[in-house]
Amino acid sequence: MEHTIPEKHYLNEATGWKSWLMTLDHKRIGILYMIMVMFSFFLAGVFALLIRWELLSPDKIFMGPEMYNQAFSLHGIIMIFLFIIPSIPAILGNFVMPLMIGAKDVAFPRLNLASWYIYVIGFCFAVYALFAGGIDTGWTFYTPYSSESTTAVIPILTAAFVLGFSSIFTGLNFIVTIHRLRAPGMTWFQLPLFVWAIYATALIQVLATPVLGITLALLMLERVVGIGIFDPAMGGDPVLFQHFFWFYSHPAVYIMILPGMGIISELIATFSHRRIFGYKFIAFSSLGIAFTGFLVWGHHMFVSGQSDLAAVIFSFLTFFVGIPSGIKILNWIATMYKGSISLDSPMLWALSFLILFSIGGFTGIVLGTLSIDVHLHDTYFVVSHFHYVMVGGTVMAIFGGLHYWWPKIWGRMYNETLARIAVVMIFVGFNVTFFVQFIMGTQGMPRRYATYLPQFQGMHGFSSIGALIMGVGFLLIAIYLIHAIFRGKPAGPNPWKSLTMEWETPSPPTAGNFEGQPVLEHGPYDYDKVIPENSLKPYKTL
Amino acid sequence: MDTARTLFLPPQGSTVASDVDALFGFIFWVSLFFFVGVTALTVYFCIKYKRKDGKAETTPYIESMALEITWIVIPTILLMVIFVWGFQDFVRLHIVPANSMEIKVTGQKWFWSYNYEEGATGVGELVVPVGQPVKLLMSSKDVIHSFFVPAFRIKMDVLPNRYTITWFEATMTGEFQIYCTEFCGKGHSEMWGTVKVLPQDEFDKWLEAGSGPDSNETMAEYGARMFVKNACNTCHSIDGSKNVGPTFQGLFGRREVMSDGTAITVDENYIRESVLNPMAKQVAGYDPVMPTYQGILKDVDIDGLIAYIKSLEN
Amino acid sequence: MSQTTEHPAHLQHHFSDVHQQAESAKLGMWIFLLTEVLLFGGLFCFYAIYRSWNPEMFHNAHAFLNVWMGATNTVVLIVSSLTMALAIRSMQLGKRKLTMWFLAGTVFLACVFMVIKYFEYSHKIHLGQLPGKWYFFEGIAGTNPHIFFSAYFLMTGLHGFHVLGGIAVITWLFIKTARGSFSPEYYTPIEMTGLYWHLVDLIWIFLFPLFYLIG
Repeated sequence: MEHTIPEKHYLNEATGWKSWLMTLDHKRIGILYMIMVMFSFFLAGVFALLIRWELLSPDKIFMGPEMYNQAFSLHGIIMIFLFIIPSIPAILGNFVMPLMIGAKDVAFPRLNLASWYIYVIGFCFAVYALFAGGIDTGWTFYTPYSSESTTAVIPILTAAFVLGFSSIFTGLNFIVTIHRLRAPGMTWFQLPLFVWAIYATALIQVLATPVLGITLALLMLERVVGIGIFDPAMGGDPVLFQHFFWFYSHPAVYIMILPGMGIISELIATFSHRRIFGYKFIAFSSLGIAFTGFLVWGHHMFVSGQSDLAAVIFSFLTFFVGIPSGIKILNWIATMYKGSISLDSPMLWALSFLILFSIGGFTGIVLGTLSIDVHLHDTYFVVSHFHYVMVGGTVMAIFGGLHYWWPKIWGRMYNETLARIAVVMIFVGFNVTFFVQFIMGTQGMPRRYATYLPQFQGMHGFSSIGALIMGVGFLLIAIYLIHAIFRGKPAGPNPWKSLTMEWETPSPPTAGNFEGQPVLEHGPYDYDKVIPENSLKPYKTL
Repeated sequence: MDTARTLFLPPQGSTVASDVDALFGFIFWVSLFFFVGVTALTVYFCIKYKRKDGKAETTPYIESMALEITWIVIPTILLMVIFVWGFQDFVRLHIVPANSMEIKVTGQKWFWSYNYEEGATGVGELVVPVGQPVKLLMSSKDVIHSFFVPAFRIKMDVLPNRYTITWFEATMTGEFQIYCTEFCGKGHSEMWGTVKVLPQDEFDKWLEAGSGPDSNETMAEYGARMFVKNACNTCHSIDGSKNVGPTFQGLFGRREVMSDGTAITVDENYIRESVLNPMAKQVAGYDPVMPTYQGILKDVDIDGLIAYIKSLEN
Repeated sequence: MSQTTEHPAHLQHHFSDVHQQAESAKLGMWIFLLTEVLLFGGLFCFYAIYRSWNPEMFHNAHAFLNVWMGATNTVVLIVSSLTMALAIRSMQLGKRKLTMWFLAGTVFLACVFMVIKYFEYSHKIHLGQLPGKWYFFEGIAGTNPHIFFSAYFLMTGLHGFHVLGGIAVITWLFIKTARGSFSPEYYTPIEMTGLYWHLVDLIWIFLFPLFYLIG
């Protein structure tokens, strides 16, 4: 069936710079975020390639240790604060969530725009820091090194502080939106699981980020005023910084993964054309992860000199965080059982997630085990673990989500063949880069090392080849996705034949999302009751 | 034990290593089992339930509380087993045996130094006897570092404001790598060391012999050894090139201008003072970052270095 | 039915009715206050830890705080919470001028608070009872007395910053009330600011005993 782009939609209803920079439309704000956040991904990716290039040889290729320390610090800081934490909530949460719940916008559109501007200010501080001396402390800013480092610590801390507010306000906005702006009939258990995931994430954003704010502010005061709270010579304690820092940064990793899991729920359901198995279990596991995530920060500090009792308690609780994640994986697979599975590119991203996040999860158990963590802490094993969950998990989910909702956002479809090539490239490239790092870690190769003993050269070289493959893969994705915006085939309202409410709008949607107030007519996964079509007419019932 | 080799772990150089490896092996095989299961099921479903001709069909949905409970309970039990096992080994890693010999370890940018109870010292190379529990009482002089010996499966951060403790009992002789595993700046990647495990009688001899040139070494040759062993070479070259510190080539007798404008001629006293109290006189044009070797180098070590420097003419 | 009751001027387009808008504002403000509690919570944590490590010093240092100024400030803030609540009540009853008086009163009391704070701070600065490396006062027994004043200036400073923010917002409310933006049907911004102001007051009620009264 031939589809056409609707005459009037949110992209063309007003044009010019001002209509974008002063927009209150959650969809446009989602796109504004997309530009900034994906650019940050590219920038941090460049640092990653520089790192892997330098590590081809233990001798200096083009970066000495001081430059190398800057490269890994900037890679981490930009990836975490400018890319992965905002990514799904700010881009897809903003664009899709209000459509999914039948709302015209988020609860506080002006606050939403302000959140974007605050992000941009944080971005500017980070760029300034890049040129004002860079940063070499690692994204973790451990004291006393960070109190003394002569790099641009204050600007980068300010950037992270400011970005924190963007995150808090987005979370606040989403919580109120989900509580108050649901369409009539859409009870909590009629919400798509992506919304549950965004909600759980928003709770963490709102509760954890203020603690990061105060921690960074204390570190700034330490440097500027010498308050001495982390300085042993003045009666302070450097390990206290670690406690404050990880109290935010551990829940932060759940900010990173939960929205991704929400996307996977949608992809598996749509592309298996089947009701999600264990809906309530998946929904509650999101809340469970959010809650337990606050209790385990000390598992980053097993060898920090903290008390044995604390270490034991944190390890015990860490195992409980793994269980809800396992529940999700098993429920997703059960959803595929007796489904009607289509291997379109978004589904390939979802399947990659299942496999790679599982590896990440199992290695997390290894690290949560006290005796083994002593050996593996601060080695490449940890680096590989978190890349498996953050890239193999979240990044797979982000790209799966971008591909899935690309036709809704722009009204046009991308080239499916190129998309399949890209996901395979990323999957292969990723494993080539990171699987060998588990091995290096078990052999004792420490992380954040600019040089290494000769026995590790083969594995480092292999890993760097994988990074190159990934880089090419991401470049390919950028090319065909951007091409699709202008030249893609019109996709129609519901190209994937899904049942969540955002697919009941034209592609692209109108500025006001819906005609009048939509009312819930079927659940998000009622594939056994309703037959969705790629059209706006009411769907046939079974 | 085979576990180490099959799972790429380092040789088992200490009493706890085999226990740690056994648990690692258990988690690895259990995880592999579940991972293969998950992947196989996923791939199988994708093939068996492939959508035919683009027509999406759906089947009735059957809830199963039993299934949900099962796959919550079984992983929970497995995880608890792993936790308890890990906890027990952790306790063993942290309870220092009563008959341990104590060595004080100091981390600083960017080398490790050791002080033995009997008065011996070491830099970089930690000499210990085999089959004897060794307690390491550790602290840092500046930022946080971390003392890591992969072969022994031990690791502990060293902090500037207090002591941290770890211990090990080496089970085989040989040399084992020490790494710093807490990022500490420019020299972090090269803050290496070695644990040299000797048979008990050789260790006793080493302890007694202390420092000083071997019977077939000249003072200058001994000094050359000290120059490398104490990491002087990380900051001072011997070929005339400028590094973090002035080159030693042609140093003896050279006229140097200090940062306060005064000029001195390099002699034995100046070298000795620079080693023990480097901040007293700083050569102009270099950062004041040299650490003191007070308590680390003995008089005979300094004598050796002086003899070595004298031998490095232009 | 008149147009304004069906679609009043203050109803934003994405809300279906004023009730939804008001409820959303309330939920949003409560969540924001929760984030403020967590922000200060980090500092209260810092206070607790350092106090447990230096109990004697904290006790000795606190004697140098002026209890009467602190107590006066506490009363000032409590009364300002009352005037704020009365401002809301007045607008509920449609009394625009009275609302303006109460808002002005709240701002006035907040300024009194800041003036008293100014005197306290300048006295300490004069004596050298300053945070961190700037501390030079002799005469407090115990380890690292600068820690007490780091905590004092950090926490009362952050609180004072929030008082200033409150003054700015309430002044803006005063101007909007004068212009007739509010009515018994719509006074949400005043109500939300009131919630914020009560939190600011509440935080001080915790700060006062922790710094001025421990003994």
